[in-house]
Amino acid sequence: MQIPAFWRNIRFLQALGQLAFVLILALAAGFLYANVSTNLARQGLTVGYGFLNNPASFDIGESYIPYDASDSYGRALLVGLVNTLVVSILGIILTTIVGVIAGIARLSSNWLISRFAIAYVGVIRNTPLIIQLMFWYFGIILQLPAVKEAVALPGSIYLTRRGVYLPWFETQPAFDSWKIFIWIALASIVLIWLIFRWNQSRSNLPIPFWWNLAYLLVPILILWISLILQPQPPLQENIPILTGLNFQGGLRWTPEFAALLFGLVVYTGAFIAEIVRAGIQAVSRGQLEAARSLGLSTGQALRLIVFPQALRVIIPPMTSQYLNLAKNSSLAIAIGYPDLFSIAGTVANQTGAVVEVILIMMLSYLSMSLFTSLLMNIYNSRVRLVER
Amino acid sequence: MRKITTLIGVLALASMLLAACGGGAVPTVSGEPITVVETVLVTVEVTAEGDGAVAETTPVPPPATGAGGERLQTILDRGNLICGVHGTFQGFGFLDTSGAWTGFDVEFCRAWAAALFNDADAVEFRALSAQDRFTALQSGEVDVLSRNSTWSFTRDGELGLTFGPVTFYDGQAIMVRADVVSDVTAGLDALEGAQVCVQSGTTTELNLADQFRAAGVNYEPVVFEDQSAAFQAYEEGRCDAITSDRSQLATQGQAVLSNYADHIILDLVMSKEPLAPAVAQGDDRLADMVHWVVYGMIEAEELGITSENVDDFLTSEDPVIRRLLGVEGELGSKIGLSNDFIYRAIKLVGNYGEVYDRNLTPYGLARGQNELWTNGGLMYAPPFR
Repeated sequence: MQIPAFWRNIRFLQALGQLAFVLILALAAGFLYANVSTNLARQGLTVGYGFLNNPASFDIGESYIPYDASDSYGRALLVGLVNTLVVSILGIILTTIVGVIAGIARLSSNWLISRFAIAYVGVIRNTPLIIQLMFWYFGIILQLPAVKEAVALPGSIYLTRRGVYLPWFETQPAFDSWKIFIWIALASIVLIWLIFRWNQSRSNLPIPFWWNLAYLLVPILILWISLILQPQPPLQENIPILTGLNFQGGLRWTPEFAALLFGLVVYTGAFIAEIVRAGIQAVSRGQLEAARSLGLSTGQALRLIVFPQALRVIIPPMTSQYLNLAKNSSLAIAIGYPDLFSIAGTVANQTGAVVEVILIMMLSYLSMSLFTSLLMNIYNSRVRLVER
Repeated sequence: MRKITTLIGVLALASMLLAACGGGAVPTVSGEPITVVETVLVTVEVTAEGDGAVAETTPVPPPATGAGGERLQTILDRGNLICGVHGTFQGFGFLDTSGAWTGFDVEFCRAWAAALFNDADAVEFRALSAQDRFTALQSGEVDVLSRNSTWSFTRDGELGLTFGPVTFYDGQAIMVRADVVSDVTAGLDALEGAQVCVQSGTTTELNLADQFRAAGVNYEPVVFEDQSAAFQAYEEGRCDAITSDRSQLATQGQAVLSNYADHIILDLVMSKEPLAPAVAQGDDRLADMVHWVVYGMIEAEELGITSENVDDFLTSEDPVIRRLLGVEGELGSKIGLSNDFIYRAIKLVGNYGEVYDRNLTPYGLARGQNELWTNGGLMYAPPFR
């Protein structure tokens, strides 16, 4: 028997292919590295992260952690990261709500509601986000009345072009001793969950939907009763009051933050609506009919039969929309919200450490995205259809 | 199976040697292929372009601190100058509705092109944002940056730039609504608790923080990437005040704000902002060219030479004028240019005063510090000799 030549051996060819790929990759990486280092050396620039400890000496409009101009560049970048995280997390929560509602509305048998949802998706999905952000910011929010003519909504909420002012709480000295009740309230949620699960495994009957309200009502009741029983109030209402040029007190959302959050939520919501609709339609109609014939109401059938099966189709593309939202938040710079991208740009411009700052930025967005993906993958493996 | 493994091993070894060989090669700047003979195994032809691709550890040529001239040569070979400018700043760098570039900074680009190619239109303009302007220069995307950039120590030193002569002496100022502060002589304390619009990546962003901190006055910055966005937000009432260079507030304010009369610019001078062109560090020839064309334009104004009468001066007996215009002496060739490079710039673009009058006088910007030294200003050119 004749042994075929080695270059006809499929395993050899496969190994050769792999080797060639690795070589090309290494050459490309080497070329990029050499290119960057040659260019930096040509200009006498050095790469290093020492600048992070130097004082930033620029101010940042809004920050969730203490910061002033004498803090370091590293701290300034952290402020930017926190700002990005705040808008991303809030955005993801709100856009899910908007998207699910719009997705279900699209399938509604009510002509007006479904047409409205179609128009929303059609308009929002087909225009660039940056234009929408500009529209919300310059076209809507900055057209609100000036501070002195603020639109007053019930409950001391004020809408002005300088931002949205909401009543908030201020902690009092008694807050420390009262703090324990927050933990008790949180613990009660877990307790309710355990009781429900125990009840279900014992009786083998689904718990009525309205019982879920207990998750909300019990903790609120605990907090409310404990607040009344305290001899000194641990929290005091902090209501925005017009003093001088601006409102003082309360919680303020800057116009930039409001426009960015609103823009991101509305934009991503349109995509999520389509994903939700596709997910629901992926569940065959027979399932719904079977559920109805078993005597479940439409709502029950949706909640217990259709939605759990739709989730396995919905979750993977939903993850990419969450990632998109977080990454799209870098458009904030156009409307003046100090997110990571905006602050990193300023830092790079002031220090000249462009390569280093871009690396920091890429790593930050990468780890944010990977962490979101991780959480969503864990959730996905839980809702996946278990097949035997 | 074993045979295959051995073969792959040999191949891997060979490729490593190949790579190592490339790495050891001496890089050449000339671009001529040189032959490196490696006694062990192979002969590889390495060209200057090629070695970056083969070698991970190319020894980097030391930063060119000598005369340089490569960049200038590249520009001359290319046949046009790539100039980084502002795109939306009327009076300084502006792309108008007919697609023509106008402005003070833009005209200097034209003057350099005229000096280099005897053609004021041999310029390719790139509109750059405040944030990416220096990166564009560092990465070689533009040859010269002429975009109302403040010359500061950090930028000169840390960013690896070489700044040219100051073309415009400016200072940071604050514009406020007349109904908020009506007194132009007011200090920063009149702005307690104010919200101030500012553009990111500018020296004004830093000065703002310094000045308010020094005065102990609270404020809140609202930072935009784009100056027009900052002005728009200010106009819409998002901010009580807007800060920028005085020239910018005056020109942009008139161009953008719907009712310029409702706003005042405080007399307060918050900083020194010498605006100058810049080139990347490493090519002194190019830097010389940028410097001396500007000086030539200042000198020409001092001598009364304009784009209209420059030809009459060619027959002048004054040795100073003859040297400046390249009629006698060989000043231009000493920096690698044609001897009549100043003549070309004056003829095709004009002297400093002409450029100023064309672009900035219409906005009511008085010469002030930007007058010639003979008229009590700061514009002073070193002698051409």
